[in-house]
Amino acid sequence: MKTTYREAVRAALREALRSDPKVFLMGEDVGRYGGAYAVSKGLLEEFGPERIRDTPLSEATFVGAGIGAAMAGMRPIVEVMTVNFSMLCLDQLVNNAATLRHMSGGQMSVPLVVRMATGAGRQVAAQHSHSLEGWYAHVPGITVVAPATLEDARGMLGTALADPDPVVIFEHATLYNLEGELADGAGAVDIARAAIRRRGRDVTVVAYGGTLGKALAAAAELERDGIDAEVIDLRVLRPLDAATLLESVRRTRRVVIVDEGWRTGSLSAEIAAQIAEGAFYDLDAPVARVCTAEVPIPYPRHLEEAALPQPASIAEAARRLVRSHG
Amino acid sequence: MSNGTATTGLTGLTREHGLELLRDMIRIRRFEERCAELYGQGKIRGFLHLYIGEEAVAVGALQAIRPEDAVVATYREHGQALVRGIPATAVMAEMYGKATGCSRGRGGSMHLFDARTRFYGGSAIVGGGLPLAVGVALADRLRGDRRVTACFFGDGAVAEGTFHESLNLAALWRLPVLFLCENNLYAMGTAYDRHQAQLDLTVKARGYAVPAESVDGMDVLAVEAAARRAAEHVRSGEGPFLLEARCYRFRAHSAYDPELYRSKDEVERWRKRDPIPALEARLREAGLLADREPERLRDEAAREVEEAVAFAEASPWEPVEDLLRDVSAGRPGEVRP
Repeated sequence: MKTTYREAVRAALREALRSDPKVFLMGEDVGRYGGAYAVSKGLLEEFGPERIRDTPLSEATFVGAGIGAAMAGMRPIVEVMTVNFSMLCLDQLVNNAATLRHMSGGQMSVPLVVRMATGAGRQVAAQHSHSLEGWYAHVPGITVVAPATLEDARGMLGTALADPDPVVIFEHATLYNLEGELADGAGAVDIARAAIRRRGRDVTVVAYGGTLGKALAAAAELERDGIDAEVIDLRVLRPLDAATLLESVRRTRRVVIVDEGWRTGSLSAEIAAQIAEGAFYDLDAPVARVCTAEVPIPYPRHLEEAALPQPASIAEAARRLVRSHG
Repeated sequence: MSNGTATTGLTGLTREHGLELLRDMIRIRRFEERCAELYGQGKIRGFLHLYIGEEAVAVGALQAIRPEDAVVATYREHGQALVRGIPATAVMAEMYGKATGCSRGRGGSMHLFDARTRFYGGSAIVGGGLPLAVGVALADRLRGDRRVTACFFGDGAVAEGTFHESLNLAALWRLPVLFLCENNLYAMGTAYDRHQAQLDLTVKARGYAVPAESVDGMDVLAVEAAARRAAEHVRSGEGPFLLEARCYRFRAHSAYDPELYRSKDEVERWRKRDPIPALEARLREAGLLADREPERLRDEAAREVEEAVAFAEASPWEPVEDLLRDVSAGRPGEVRP
C-alpha cells in the first residue's frame, strides 16, 4: 500500500482511538484545523470533540493536563505542535512526567504519549528549527523515540501507548511527505532497539529521525567510492540500544555519528562516549561526528543547508576515516 | 478582605463535627511542631515547610471533598495528607526518608503521595500542580465520573503562567476543579502586594469566567462552609470554582528562612487569630466543648504523633541496591502479543 509518513501516523492515531476508549488526542489545532502538519485531519469528524480536543496555546497546561489525565487512568496523546514550543512545557515533562513514578514510590504511573515535530530544513529560521531531542534523552523516566521510516511512523505510537511510562515521539518535520510502500498489515513495532538499515563492512554511520535518509544517501555515495557503509537507525534515543551500536562498531571498526542537534553536549556526544567506553580497543579510527553547526539556524537556504548535516558532509567524514585509518 | 468574604455562625454545627474539626487542626499542629523538633535533631532533612497557622484551610476545605474525589497539593502539604487519611505513621516515615513512607521515602516532606486516597502529591514547583489537577479532572469527566479535584496552591502560584492557563482551560472545558488558593500573603519572602498588581483574586478568576469567593482562612467554619458551596458548584457540572482562603503561616517559609522580610509584630498580630483557640472559644461559647476536651485532644494528637515517630525511627532504610527502582515500570518497549 502506497502511503506517506503523515498518513502512517494518522493511521496509528485512528487505530489507537478505535481500539481503546481511554485514548484521546489533544493539542493546538489538532481538531478543526486538522493538525499543523495535517496529521490529525479527519479525526475530529470521526471521533468527536471530546476525544479530539483543540487546546488553547498553553503548552505547560495542556501537557500537564495530559500528565494528570494519564495519572488518573486515561491514555492521552498530546501533540505539541513543534519541539520549539515544548520549552514552554519542559517543566511539566521534566519535573512531573519523568518524576511522578519515582517520587511517589512507584504508586503513580504516567502512561502519556507526547508527539512533536522537530528539526530544521524548511527555511523557517532559528525559532522553528530546533532539534532538542537530546535534551529529552537526558532525562531518566521518559522514553524518547524518533520514527524515521513509514513502518515506525505507523508502529511506534501503539507501543508507546501500551507503555506505563511517558514516551515522547519526535517526528521530523521534513518526513511528513515521505512516501513509500507500507505493508497492509503494518502495526505495532518495538520501541526498544536500534535497526541496521543498511549492512556494511567498512564504517558504521549512526543516524536517527530526519538524518536517516541523509545517512543512507551518503552510504550510496560511498558505495560508488568503494566504501561499504553500515547505517544504523537509532529509533530509540532513550534508552539507547548500546548493544546494537557496539556490535556494529566492533565489526566495522569505524564510526560516524550524525546528529541534527548542536555538537556540544549533544546526543552524539553521549553515543561517542558509550562507544569509547565499550569499544575503544576495537576502533581503527577516532570516533567522528557530523552535527549541526553551532549557530542558530539561519533563514537563507544556502546557509541553512551549510549548517545542517548533509549527505556530502557525512560521506566526507566517513571517507576520511577509511582513508586515513585504512 | 475582598468582597465575597464569607463568615459563618454555628448554626447546624454538631458537637461531634466541631470536635472533628478541632481534632484535625490539633493533629496537624502537633505533627508540625514535632517535625520542627525532629528537623533540629537532624532526623528530618532537606526542605521542611510547616503548615502551622494555616490548619483551618486544609481542615475546612477537605470537609467538602469526598473519598472518591482527588487532591493535588503543594510542598506544604503535611496537613492535607493527614486530613485526607494518610496515616501519620506513613507521613512521618516519609519525612525521615524511610522505606515505609507513603512515597517509599523517595519523595520526602514535599512529595507525599497516596494512590488509595487519590492524593496526587506533593508538588514542589510553584504552579506545577494546577495543570495536573486540570488533567485529573479531565480524566474524571471523560470517564463520566462525577468527582471533584481539589487543587491547593499558594498565592505565589498566582504569578505563574500555569495559574492563568489552568483557570482558562478548566473554565473553557467546564472541568470539575476546585481551585483552592491558600493565600498566606507571602510567596516565600515576597509579600502579596509586592508581587501582585491586582490583589483581589476573585477578580482574576472572574476574568477567566471562573466563579470565585474569598474567605477568612483563619476560621475553619467559614472555610468549610465556603468550600461546601464551592464543591457543590463544581460537582453539579458547572465547571471550576476558585476559593481563596486568606491565611498566615506562623513559622518561617522553610527551615532555611531567617524571616527578614516581615516584622515580629505582624506575626504576633496574626498569632492572635490562631485558628485553633479561635474554634475552641467558639465551641465553648456554644456549649459544644467540655472544659477538658481540648487537653484530651492534644493528648491524643501527641500520642498519634509519638507513635508515628516511633514507627519512623524503627522503620528500615531502603537498601542502596534498590536505588534505580521506580524510575520506570521496567518493561522493555516490546510489542505486546
